[in-house]
Amino acid sequence: MAILVIAEHAKGKLAGSTLNTLAAAQKLGGDIHVLVAGHGVDAVASEAAQAAGVAKVLKLDDAALAHLTAENLTPAVVAHAKNYSHVLAPATTFGKNLLPRVAALLDVQMVSDITAVVSADTFQRPIYAGNAIATVQSTDAIKLITVRSTGFDAVAASGGSASIEAVTACVDNNLSRFVGQELTVSARPELTAAKVIVSGGRGMQSGDNFPMLEKLADLLGAAVGASRAAVDAGFVPNDYQVGQTGKIVAPQLYIAVGISGAIQHLAGMKDSKVIVAINKDEEAPIFSVADYGLVGDLFTLVPELTAEVAKLKG
Amino acid sequence: MKILVAIKRVIDANVKVRVKADGTGVETANVKMAMNPFCEIAVEEAVRLKEKGVATEIVVVTAGPAQAQETLRTALALGADRAIHIEETTELEPLAIAKLLKAVVEREQPQMVLLGKQSVDADNNQTGQMLAGLLGWPQGTFLSKVGVHAGEVDVVREIDGGLETLTLKLPAVLTTDLRLNEPRFASLPNIMKAKQKPLAKLTVAELGVNVAPRVKTLKVEAPAARKAGIKVGSVQELVDKLRNEAKVI
Ligand SMILES: Cc1cc2nc3c(=O)[nH]c(=O)nc-3n(C[C@H](O)[C@H](O)[C@H](O)COP(=O)(O)OP(=O)(O)OC[C@H]3O[C@@H](n4cnc5c(N)ncnc54)[C@H](O)[C@@H]3O)c2cc1C
Ligand SMILES: Nc1ncnc2c1ncn2[C@@H]1O[C@H](COP(=O)(O)O)[C@@H](O)[C@H]1O
Repeated sequence: MAILVIAEHAKGKLAGSTLNTLAAAQKLGGDIHVLVAGHGVDAVASEAAQAAGVAKVLKLDDAALAHLTAENLTPAVVAHAKNYSHVLAPATTFGKNLLPRVAALLDVQMVSDITAVVSADTFQRPIYAGNAIATVQSTDAIKLITVRSTGFDAVAASGGSASIEAVTACVDNNLSRFVGQELTVSARPELTAAKVIVSGGRGMQSGDNFPMLEKLADLLGAAVGASRAAVDAGFVPNDYQVGQTGKIVAPQLYIAVGISGAIQHLAGMKDSKVIVAINKDEEAPIFSVADYGLVGDLFTLVPELTAEVAKLKG
Repeated sequence: MKILVAIKRVIDANVKVRVKADGTGVETANVKMAMNPFCEIAVEEAVRLKEKGVATEIVVVTAGPAQAQETLRTALALGADRAIHIEETTELEPLAIAKLLKAVVEREQPQMVLLGKQSVDADNNQTGQMLAGLLGWPQGTFLSKVGVHAGEVDVVREIDGGLETLTLKLPAVLTTDLRLNEPRFASLPNIMKAKQKPLAKLTVAELGVNVAPRVKTLKVEAPAARKAGIKVGSVQELVDKLRNEAKVI
């Protein structure tokens, strides 16, 4: 049987996480269909049709899906899911909000946040903030899975030529009403897609000091992240949080500045290729995962580093 | 309005867990246990809604072994009015827990169910959404703000791109994120008083739920360790290493 991938999209664009989810789907074996549900999703559907390895795109366009609320999306996904062996969604706030609700209605015990496919019914997933890796086998007839992007390299966004089929199956439940969104606008790359991330913690002392990190980030083409402590203290918005309960990232280079390295923070970044830590406390746990540690005051070291990098990029 | 709060007992978030040598799970003997941090936030939110006069009664519920009653007592000390313990010694999956909670909701008829967004042991992030689906109720997940008014609740959700505001019809299922509130500590007199508060016991059989597991854990392993790094002496050395050794800038 075929595999259904639920596309994540925003503002008329397919989200990068969908391409990582497609990569996980490819490891399962079987035709891959993508469900693009929303309102005004023609462009997203054609984008999905071009992604590598997609056989068919199901386009479900309905005004009741404009805000992708779980209440209205769920019946649509449930209606289509029954024809598939696997239903996959990205383990983002979109997929995490939606798929468990779908699973309950299909009477399936879903598997969250997989990082590897062992076989069509067996997967690996981190538990205990990544301090243990469980290999689990699903015995349900349909496998419902959310996919952690860092576990799977994205498939090519182009090259495919899937057919697009318009489908229906939408119920307006009237249970929830969209009021608004406050999205962080930034010219920098998105955290989960960035090749380089510069993250600040409580050691930054104030949001006013983050421009110092932004300057370094911009020279490196990096995204800016943060620890929970920095977000809780209001230095930066919630969507900057990296960690067990924030975003999971695995860039080529992660620079942790004034971050102690609590288990919950490490859970979100310890699969980065190269980790740099700048911290004045040489005993800080962050150094246990850092490839390169620099002990000292961030307020002198970060400007120095920025100047050195500027020379290089000069 | 009656609020039901579902809570879970987990290994304390500050404990560094160790994988058992036989690969069947993690070491739990002599390990400090605590209420799941997101559940503490859920209890706190319910207590605040009661203090504001929005909630009239707070019922806390957990499914788990006998020791889970300690966690219920903690919630009672924090301000819950009564507790329900669904005693079960086998490990329960989120779908089974959601079904048990649904059965409790049918008995208790709350207007709101509060849960944590995620249990920090299994990291599922499923139970609240499943419960909402089974009940056919709206769901507000990963919340940093909750405001109740005439038959509805306004919620602010922490999403990947920032924040989202929704209005949900009551009754509704809500799950908490970290910044919803800062939980209080239980005072000694309240801990004493909690011992007298009612704690009812229910069984899985009484609730008529099949909790047989659907997902088998084949193996639990420690993650691959990172190779030890070095400390560099200067910014120049760091930049040189990043450029010429790691080749990442
Ligand atoms: C349920 C739960 C979920 C959580 N989820 C997350 C999560 O997703 N992400 C997350 O990050 N955390 C999370 N946490 C919180 C985590 O436990 C830590 O509290 C948090 O990561 C600490 O942030 P921090 O390292 O910035 O602050 P601190 O631990 O206070 O560390 C600050 C560091 O800055 C250094 N410093 C201070 N001044 C300077 C200076 N001038 N120069 C150089 N260094 C300096 C200090 O030496 C220190 O090491 C969670 C906790 C719980 C209980
Ligand atoms: N055994 C349990 N008993 C009661 N509530 C639970 C139990 N397990 C999980 N929950 C609730 O579901 C939330 C999310 O858990 P999970 O889906 O496992 O990540 C927790 O924060 C609790 O509020």
